[in-house]
Amino acid sequence: MKGIIASPGVAIAKAFVLAHPEVVIDEKLVAAQDVEKEVEKFREAVAKTEDQLNGIIAITEERLSAKEADVFRAHLMMLADPMFEEAVLDKIQNSNFNAGKAVSEATAEVAAMLASLDDEYLKERAADIKDVGGRVLDNVLGIVRTSLSDLNEPVVVFANDLTPSDTATMNLDYVKGFATDIGGRTSHTSILARIIGIPAIVGTGDITSRVNHGDLVVLDAIDCDVIVNPTEDQKKVYDGKYEAFMERKRELDKIKFMPAETLDGHHVEVVANIASPNDVKGALENGAEGCGLFRTEFLYMNRPDLPSEEEQFEAYKSVVAGMDGKPVVIRTLDIGGDKAAESIQFPPEMNPFLGWRAIRMYFDRLDIIKPQMRALLRAGVYGKLHVMFPMVISAEEIYKMKDIIEECKAELRAEGVEFDENLSIGIMVETPAAALNAHLLAEIVEFFSIGTNDLTQYVLAVDRGNEMIADLYQPLHPAVIRAMKMVIDASHGAGKWSGVCGETAGDEKGALVLLGLGLDEFSMSAGSIPAVKNMIRKANYAEVKKGIEECLTMYTTEEVNAKLDQMLKDILG
Amino acid sequence: MVEKLFVVKNETGLHARPASLFVQKAAKYKSTIKVKKDGKEANAKSIISVLSLGASFGSEITIIADGPDAEEAVAGLVELLDNLEE
Repeated sequence: MKGIIASPGVAIAKAFVLAHPEVVIDEKLVAAQDVEKEVEKFREAVAKTEDQLNGIIAITEERLSAKEADVFRAHLMMLADPMFEEAVLDKIQNSNFNAGKAVSEATAEVAAMLASLDDEYLKERAADIKDVGGRVLDNVLGIVRTSLSDLNEPVVVFANDLTPSDTATMNLDYVKGFATDIGGRTSHTSILARIIGIPAIVGTGDITSRVNHGDLVVLDAIDCDVIVNPTEDQKKVYDGKYEAFMERKRELDKIKFMPAETLDGHHVEVVANIASPNDVKGALENGAEGCGLFRTEFLYMNRPDLPSEEEQFEAYKSVVAGMDGKPVVIRTLDIGGDKAAESIQFPPEMNPFLGWRAIRMYFDRLDIIKPQMRALLRAGVYGKLHVMFPMVISAEEIYKMKDIIEECKAELRAEGVEFDENLSIGIMVETPAAALNAHLLAEIVEFFSIGTNDLTQYVLAVDRGNEMIADLYQPLHPAVIRAMKMVIDASHGAGKWSGVCGETAGDEKGALVLLGLGLDEFSMSAGSIPAVKNMIRKANYAEVKKGIEECLTMYTTEEVNAKLDQMLKDILG
Repeated sequence: MVEKLFVVKNETGLHARPASLFVQKAAKYKSTIKVKKDGKEANAKSIISVLSLGASFGSEITIIADGPDAEEAVAGLVELLDNLEE
């Protein structure tokens, strides 16, 4: 079925098809002597709307949180916005519109203005102003909206669209899921559905015309489907699907905050990859024990100028402090190749992937790397910070970086600025050179973080983006596994630790391999953390180790995958 | 008339909560206050106006106040923007 899964799950209940009553605008103009009356009507409607919004804010704070109520506070602000008020009054007083017509048109104008701006966030604010304006209009016309908060039996809600008011005041005891005709993954309703934990499918096109109010329905927000009036057999299948889904969810919620320790007591660190300070909250909520990769490119992208040291310091500090003592690994600027930035003049290159990028760029642009290193040194005071460099191929690069760092330290010392004297320095291992010489590099850095995405590309000489050979890109190819083993063993040989921040760590099969190879730190997108922790907690380290040793004797990726599939099945059941 | 240039330095720019805080504070002053960006002008006391300015991270805005408390208005708003937490 056409649609986007906004929030996963399964719900089986009666359909409640939500329809906002049709609003009919009276086009008649008003006589001059009645203009004041219309202004009064408008003001009264605004006052009533204000009361209603305050009521919704109270319910929302009680049912969800103060933060979810913020959107309604924003509505209150829009209600009081001089621009909106002026637009309505102008139409009543200067064009003799009746209050309803004035509110309707002013709302449409402001919404259109916001929707025309080239910004996702502002387009969604257009929906907000429509919601508020619609409410004022209902109050002008004396229309009472049906409310989902009045439900008294379990339902799956179907609607063309669900406004923030609709979803926030839903009686959570009875609403088991919803599906809408329009909408996308990042609209208000999708985000709220995920927070509330109700299955939801949006952007179905015309689901409201395919379901009748009162029908028994199955909302399958795992495989994106809606079954109307299911047969007994279908009901059984979906009941099972629902149970399995809820069981897994309960399991994962339980273990999220537990340590990633195998059945035989082998403990590893499971942390999050983040791309900005905004990601810290989601990381912690998913049980991240730290950050294994904080990408700093966001500070340099989409702007014509370079970020100042101060700006960088604030960003790094907020993450280091925000992770509250948990380790944070920050990667210095990794730009070039396919990631360009306006503020840095990259020369046209025949082969940007093998070109002037990442660490290679630093030594020609001290004006870029020094402010970053200074900001990192300063931020290190606020928590447990590790810094790593991308695309390293040789010890020379590491020595040069260490010199730069000493220079920065001396400068900061002379300026009397506080910084982390013992900043932990490591490197990304993503080139074959670094992997092959890992045993040497391990002596001169504190840790490795294996960038499996790039390492796989370089080791297999495959361009991941090339459709013709896309299936040659195999993160668990025997050669790639061997490379990762070399790196992990080399680090341990020198008494150092290794982590993986590429996709391999966030994937259950990949994590299984890494576990068996003795990896110390698994870094992945926050959403993958619970599942990976779950797998680790159900595994027996000694057995997994043996299994991966066996994989290392295999000739083909196919054999490796078959073995891993079997191992996972044994672990997860 | 008092005016001051400011470079937006919080990550989400002058959107969402920062914009609300900004407009709420602006409303407290008696002076008329405008925010200018790339030649476009917005009424600092109108949330719709400020949002549609689209002042994202890194953009240069000018805060202009005119009236009895213009100095305090500009200083107060700049301080708010300076201390925005992410």
